[in-house]
Amino acid sequence: MTPTDDRSGAAVLAGGPAPRSVRKGRGGRGVPLPLLVPALIGLAFLVVPLLALLVRAPWRSLPDLLTSAEVWQALRLSLVCATAATAVSLVVGVPLAWLLARVEFPGRGLVRALVTLPLVLPPVVGGVALLMALGRNGIVGKWLDAWFGVTLPFTTAGVVVAEAFVAMPFLVISVEGTLRAADPRYEEAAATLGASRFTAFRRVTLPLIAPGIAAGAVLAWARALGEFGATITFAGNFPGSTQTMPLAVYLALQSDPEAAVALSLVLLAVSVAVLAGLRDRWMRAA
Amino acid sequence: MTDLRGSAPAHHAAASEEGLDAHLVVERGTFRLDVALRVAPGEVVALLGPNGAGKTTALRALAGLTPLTGGRLRLDGTALERTPPESRPVGVVFQDYLLFPHLSALDNVAFGPRCRGASKAAARATAAEWLDRLGLAAHAGSRPRRLSGGQAQRVAVARALATRPRLLLLDEPLAALDARTRLEVRAQLRRHLAEFEAVAVLVTHDPLDAMVLADRLVVVEDGRVVQEGVPSDIARHPRTDYIAQLVGLNLYRGEAQGHVVRLGAGPSVTTTEALSGPVFVAFPPSSVTLYRDRPTGVSARNLWRCEVVGVETHGDRIRADLTGELPLVADLTTVGAAELELHPGATVWATVKATQTHAYPV
Repeated sequence: MTPTDDRSGAAVLAGGPAPRSVRKGRGGRGVPLPLLVPALIGLAFLVVPLLALLVRAPWRSLPDLLTSAEVWQALRLSLVCATAATAVSLVVGVPLAWLLARVEFPGRGLVRALVTLPLVLPPVVGGVALLMALGRNGIVGKWLDAWFGVTLPFTTAGVVVAEAFVAMPFLVISVEGTLRAADPRYEEAAATLGASRFTAFRRVTLPLIAPGIAAGAVLAWARALGEFGATITFAGNFPGSTQTMPLAVYLALQSDPEAAVALSLVLLAVSVAVLAGLRDRWMRAA
Repeated sequence: MTDLRGSAPAHHAAASEEGLDAHLVVERGTFRLDVALRVAPGEVVALLGPNGAGKTTALRALAGLTPLTGGRLRLDGTALERTPPESRPVGVVFQDYLLFPHLSALDNVAFGPRCRGASKAAARATAAEWLDRLGLAAHAGSRPRRLSGGQAQRVAVARALATRPRLLLLDEPLAALDARTRLEVRAQLRRHLAEFEAVAVLVTHDPLDAMVLADRLVVVEDGRVVQEGVPSDIARHPRTDYIAQLVGLNLYRGEAQGHVVRLGAGPSVTTTEALSGPVFVAFPPSSVTLYRDRPTGVSARNLWRCEVVGVETHGDRIRADLTGELPLVADLTTVGAAELELHPGATVWATVKATQTHAYPV
């Protein structure tokens, strides 16, 4: 919402000319207190912790804390893994979204529910589930190990797997929504011009839904960047190979709280940057 | 359905291998489309009917976008019932054109040839040629949203024709245009359809579009063909009240000089619009006034001596079929018809106000 929208919304609630009613805002035509008070409490609840982070930040020692090799290592690992997880999500998630949006098949509702499940599943449970599937003795991991000598748990690749597991549903849901909103008749038009379904997808649908894919990818990337539970369960917490920023923050909090705040500030800055980057194309569209 | 096909002009039945021979049956819930169509190459047929009659379903079935539940579909002797849309030699101009918004006009037109195997350069060369032919060379690089309605329509036509289809389908090709652009685009589309050597089928709910663009009308109501024939025949002998209302239009072709349009060697019609060159002139039957004797005090413009061929009742109106100086149809109230003592062979004077007639450039 832009500030203008907020003002016009308030004007509707106030039921009169915007500037006067909003400023005077008392009596029957103003914003009712039973709504205003909880709303302000809610706002404070969301904003105060972030302010506290800024207030308590060790600004003076910040340069030293942030230039340490450990921080850069964790940050680099986080960025690389989140980006790789997003890439994995794109490669398999976009076709999955297309399947859910465009192809009628029995049990489609169930499949959609299964895809959405990691959204609401506690990430730790996801991590345990991944161990059962892809761990050394997991139902799939056993064969990966025996046939290809590939072990995923407690490796950097494992971090990517854990993050993709948690983040991909965000991408799928977002892209599927965009696909449903996109006019399928463009694909029909492409078909009448001789395009196979795949060509129509590649040359017509994909460019049309690119903004939705970008928004979904950013969502997934942000989710992957912050992923903690599934990562620590499936990939462990080894500095340099599986210790991402959220794990580093948690660990630092126990030994060096100042460092934890500094690391948190970095993640906050990345989040704000993402939000600012999305403001124009995404927030307004929503 | 057999009787309907039997009523089609003889030359269509004779050329069975060439052109379109379709019996489209699509059942969806309680709706059933059952339409037989035979169209010769070079012929333009308009499916005319109210909204929800099944015209667009018929068009989608021809394109392969809606599967047939029965019947058959043959184009130039080849069965197409099971052919997917991308493999049919069919071009479609959609109602709102569906130009790909992320591609330039040129790439929109090149899309078809490219999908059908042409190299990128060859496809673009073909596309440029088509855009040029439709007078759009200057807009080749424009994105669809930068094009006017008329330009977008022509790009859509170019895109459909660039694959060299054996069957061209047009869904309400003029519906998305404003009244002014419509006249211009209709005239251009008519020229392009006249040049098109394969089968063209267009869907419209606008009788004037149908009569100007098509050689033959097929009127569809509730999924069935209720009447088909050349426009003037249908206007003269509408089989249902709906058709009488819908296709009630006197339409002529002539040469305009200012406000006067000369129809061949015969009479002339004075019109609202001042044009020059070949035009269509149209006026509704309800705008015609009939007199038993040559009226005095009425200007001699648009006054013709006619003879009654027949009289038919449609709802609360009487439609008179007239020949003579200017063959035309006139709608009267029952009372008016009784006063005039209209009977076949009777002589009447027909007049129409210039303000009720409209001329369109061909």
